[in-house]
Amino acid sequence: MKENTTIEPALFCGNEAIGEAAIQAGCRAYFGYPITPQNELTAYMAKRMGEEGRVFIQSESELAAISMVFGAAAAGERAMTSSSSPGVSLKQEGISYLAGCELPAVIVNMSRGGPGLGNIGPAQADYYQSTRGGGHGDYRTPVLAGASVQELADLTFLAFDIADRYRTPTLILGDGILGQMMEPAVITHPEPTELPAKDWTLTGSRGRPPRSIKSLYLGPGELEAHNRKLQEVYRTISETEVRWESLMTEDASLVLVAYGITARICREVVFRLRKEGLPVGLLRPITLWPFPDKAIRELSRTAEKFLSVEMNFGQMVDDVRLAVNGNCPVEFFGHGGGEILTGAEIMEAARGHLPR
Amino acid sequence: MKSGGEKFIYRRPESLQDVPTHYCPGCGHGTVHRIIAEVIDELGIRERTVGIAPVGCAVLAYDYFNFDVTEAAHGRPPAVATGLKRVRPDLIVFTYQGDGDLAAIGTAEIIHAANRGEKITVIFVNNGIYGMTGGQMAPTTLVGQATATSPRGRDCEETGPPIKVCEMLAPLDGTDYIARGALDTPAHTRVLKGYIKKAFLNQVEGRRFSLVEALSPCPTYWRLTPQDSLARIGAEIIPHFPLGVIKDEE
Ligand SMILES: Cc1ncc(C[n+]2csc(CCOP(=O)(O)OP(=O)(O)O)c2C)c(N)n1
Repeated sequence: MKENTTIEPALFCGNEAIGEAAIQAGCRAYFGYPITPQNELTAYMAKRMGEEGRVFIQSESELAAISMVFGAAAAGERAMTSSSSPGVSLKQEGISYLAGCELPAVIVNMSRGGPGLGNIGPAQADYYQSTRGGGHGDYRTPVLAGASVQELADLTFLAFDIADRYRTPTLILGDGILGQMMEPAVITHPEPTELPAKDWTLTGSRGRPPRSIKSLYLGPGELEAHNRKLQEVYRTISETEVRWESLMTEDASLVLVAYGITARICREVVFRLRKEGLPVGLLRPITLWPFPDKAIRELSRTAEKFLSVEMNFGQMVDDVRLAVNGNCPVEFFGHGGGEILTGAEIMEAARGHLPR
Repeated sequence: MKSGGEKFIYRRPESLQDVPTHYCPGCGHGTVHRIIAEVIDELGIRERTVGIAPVGCAVLAYDYFNFDVTEAAHGRPPAVATGLKRVRPDLIVFTYQGDGDLAAIGTAEIIHAANRGEKITVIFVNNGIYGMTGGQMAPTTLVGQATATSPRGRDCEETGPPIKVCEMLAPLDGTDYIARGALDTPAHTRVLKGYIKKAFLNQVEGRRFSLVEALSPCPTYWRLTPQDSLARIGAEIIPHFPLGVIKDEE
């Protein structure tokens, strides 16, 4: 993804890697509330933000944490919060306000088993919530899903840039395994990209007319116009920020579609089935919204079948079906409740779906 | 002074925009807005002030104040203020909140902002009712008071007694200044202005959490004339919510 020859890799868990990348990306304020399996991130920020002289607050709730993010973002500073599924449900209020007020922020969800309190095992059950806006109102948030500790760090830099470029809350979606597993990673700030000037921040009105930040539009047609403007931004994001990775899909009859830790397992499955001579490939969405639907539609002209593999009972499969649009069958394999899928069961499922 | 030599003794503060407000006749919000604007002018801090508007009748405060103002979700202004003030300690940050916003849905946020000793100013407009949504019972509604959701009068057995926010927050170590004033008479209004000025001055001088509660009339949902509303504050509300400086750590 990026070149770096000077820094030796160090061991990080996914949660810490996101924290370190956020600090290097210039995150000025972090607000969090304890919840497993993302506690390493809050602890990392408590230590490092203090060392850097930046703002760290353990908030009274996730409702408060996301509103603190709102305040810091309104002042034009890069701000982040993190949580896991039940806490991210509470953050939806603030995420909707951030979207309505066009404020940039980064929100991390190291998702766990649900619904309700569920458990603290890894899960991908928050796909719908993450990719459909999550809170009330007609909005979307970019969702970046890494599959390794290194990629989580890389995507954290990207998340802050996307948030600032489009003035939108941006999600990083991981799970209990990605958050806690340790891998070597090299975390250095990539070449800075040029971002639009923040000419909307509330920093006191010296030398300019007062500004306001709001999502309330009461006049006739005003809210409609505001929503159209947001939709225009979402269209641009859909056209320019789609990211995915494909593995041996060119000649594949069966294309697995998987993201995050599940894609990591599917990759191994593809290698093994290929050794047996079976024509299997993998398409891994890196952005869950915007979804790589063009890439999938393209593949649906050559592939005979898609298999959406998810750590849930079938959510992303809807998006695969929409992308394939009837060109070929789309099947689902997965289960959820805090248990990881095994390579063996995915292999078994893939074999069953291979055209005979 | 104008060129003609006339002397102004009363004029619109610079911190208020020259626009009509949407407030009902006799509502207290306009007076509290004006007091805040006068105080900000007098302290010379207009250009470094950021206000946080509530969800409630004062939701449009950013259209009336002549300085930077942001929206916040219902009850969350103290958290938004915390985020803003922590990243920009040079700014003067205040929240403006009703009793539904501050004393019901936002109780966690106000208690923890107070307890952390956030260096912010909170203006708490207590009209004992949810104005914006049509006159429902608030945590501060008086016992026996009839509202849309307590049609037979507030019953303590069912709803508990009215919450005294100042007395609840004053014991927290993070609070430096807590005072309660009222808008029922010109004399009380002048005293209230003194409290509000002190609450802003504290922040200018780097002191911690300051809150001023203003007992404010809502003629529309009290179903009283503006004059009778003011009389009700003196006769019924002040006896339950005593006026004065409840805490001053200076
Ligand atoms: C989450 C949420 N719940 C409820 C509402 C509806 N609502 C708008 S204003 C308000 C209460 C306003 O009462 P108060 O804070 O006392 O202020 P006032 O209008 O009396 O000035 C409520 C419940 C909302 N906007 N958001």
